[in-house]
Amino acid sequence: MNFLAPIGAFFLSFLRHTGRLINFCGIALSHCVRPPIYPRLILRQMIEIGYFSLPVVGLTAIFTGMVLALQSHTGFARFSAEGAVATVVVISITRELGPVLAGLMVAGRIGAAMAAEIGTMRVTEQVDALVTLATNPFKYLVAPRIIAGFITLPMLVLVADIIGVFGGFVVGAYKLGYNPATYLHSTWEYLKPLDVISGLVKASVFGFIIALMGCYHGYHSKGGAQGVGQATTNAVVSSSILILTLNYVLTALFFDK
Amino acid sequence: MSQTPKIQLIDVHKSFGAKTVLDGITVDIAPSESFVIIGGSGTGKSVTLKCILGLMRPEQGRILVDGLDVVGMRPREREEVLRKFGMLFQGAALFDSLKVWENVAFGLIQGHKMERRKAKDKAVEKLYAVGLGADVGELYPAELSGGMQKRVGLARAIATEPEIIFFDEPTTGLDPIMADVINDLIVKCVKELGATAVSITHDMHSARKISDRMAMLHRGRLVWVGRTAEVDQSDNPFVDQFIHGRAEGPIKMELRR
Ligand SMILES: Nc1ncnc2c1ncn2[C@@H]1O[C@H](COP(=O)(O)OP(=O)(O)OP(=O)(O)O)[C@@H](O)[C@H]1O
Ligand SMILES: [Mg+2]
Repeated sequence: MNFLAPIGAFFLSFLRHTGRLINFCGIALSHCVRPPIYPRLILRQMIEIGYFSLPVVGLTAIFTGMVLALQSHTGFARFSAEGAVATVVVISITRELGPVLAGLMVAGRIGAAMAAEIGTMRVTEQVDALVTLATNPFKYLVAPRIIAGFITLPMLVLVADIIGVFGGFVVGAYKLGYNPATYLHSTWEYLKPLDVISGLVKASVFGFIIALMGCYHGYHSKGGAQGVGQATTNAVVSSSILILTLNYVLTALFFDK
Repeated sequence: MSQTPKIQLIDVHKSFGAKTVLDGITVDIAPSESFVIIGGSGTGKSVTLKCILGLMRPEQGRILVDGLDVVGMRPREREEVLRKFGMLFQGAALFDSLKVWENVAFGLIQGHKMERRKAKDKAVEKLYAVGLGADVGELYPAELSGGMQKRVGLARAIATEPEIIFFDEPTTGLDPIMADVINDLIVKCVKELGATAVSITHDMHSARKISDRMAMLHRGRLVWVGRTAEVDQSDNPFVDQFIHGRAEGPIKMELRR
């Protein structure tokens, strides 16, 4: 019977963590909507999340767009459907690859940084010091990050969409020999607003998830440097998994009719 | 009893897992009194202060501040109570993302909504009081020595001129002259501002200088509480051993098990 014990223990700890996360999420959200809000802190986080992630996300987007054009061109040539390349590129990028890849990149960059920063503050008692100075850590540390993640990631993804489509265009027009005007025209022709909007909504959700997991794992880290390292890893892994899972759920909600 | 005690601990218990740290602490601290807790390393002195501040929750017992039970208080009410407090952490716990003056002014800006310029003047004034110049205010905590960090922590604790100030080892890591400056500062806070001070120290010279009353913590209990003047005639073997710093006596160090 002994082999059941670890399974039971795992299950219990899973439930405990889920409960703690939901509780954390509830408190964090209540602080996001109740004044006072700190615009300075939100702005600082937005710059960190949006502006400083631009190079990484831009690079990811441009190469994704390029490879997408190349792959669909060679693939579609098998059944003479090369005309669909531009449409395939723009729809794949706006619906899926833009938000998901940007989300994963930002999770690695920002989620990790948030967990490390708040985790260090926790283990060096800075979070406690905040409390004794009559400042709620949820209000001061967590809420600005979540708000910033929620509103900045869509902006970042919009930029990534444009760069990704541009990457596809460059390969299509200059390497694969499509007529640039025709390529651009078919990029526009079949694109629906919902394609872009669904991607931006996904981005908002991912931004929220990244900030939430970064703050949650940082806030609950314990021990010294090792505990902070663990929190960082957990933040990146859990937000990446949640991004991929929720991506499916959101896609189903938007398009599965 | 002439007046309600400022802080009242009634049978407070706190343990971590199987390890009992506080095993029934009962003590009254009067308004405008300077109270010092002495005791061996790891006996739970810092934990006692954290329980009063609500950073840790005792499993059993009541803690009253101005006659108000603070255990299990709701966050909003607790914030109001915490406005009365200032705390110097054992490890200083300065916010390393903020400049020194912003650290000192934090309680004024966030807690008391003072404008930044006025708060900065006040912060510089407090830095002078702990023997640091205005130029130090522009540095970041990581650029300071350990003793300087401690003094900045002290300046931050007294910046809002709180009614109750906790000092966790205010003079450790300071040279003897600076230690005495800090002792004078603590005495001044109590005498001039009428603050109630609770300090933890291993430095008997400092303890005698700053305290009206002392308590000795050993094995989770206060084994002696009395006036500072009586500490030499306590007839308490624990106190005698501690104040004379003898290895032989009723307090057994773990390594001599
Ligand atoms: N967060 C915590 N988790 C688990 N155990 C803890 C925690 N904080 C303190 N302890 C334990 O509580 C005991 C008392 O710790 P505390 O920090 O109060 O000691 P102290 O009296 O302040 O000692 P020192 O004079 O060395 O600062 C220690 O044995 C420590 O192991
Ligand atoms: Mg201590």
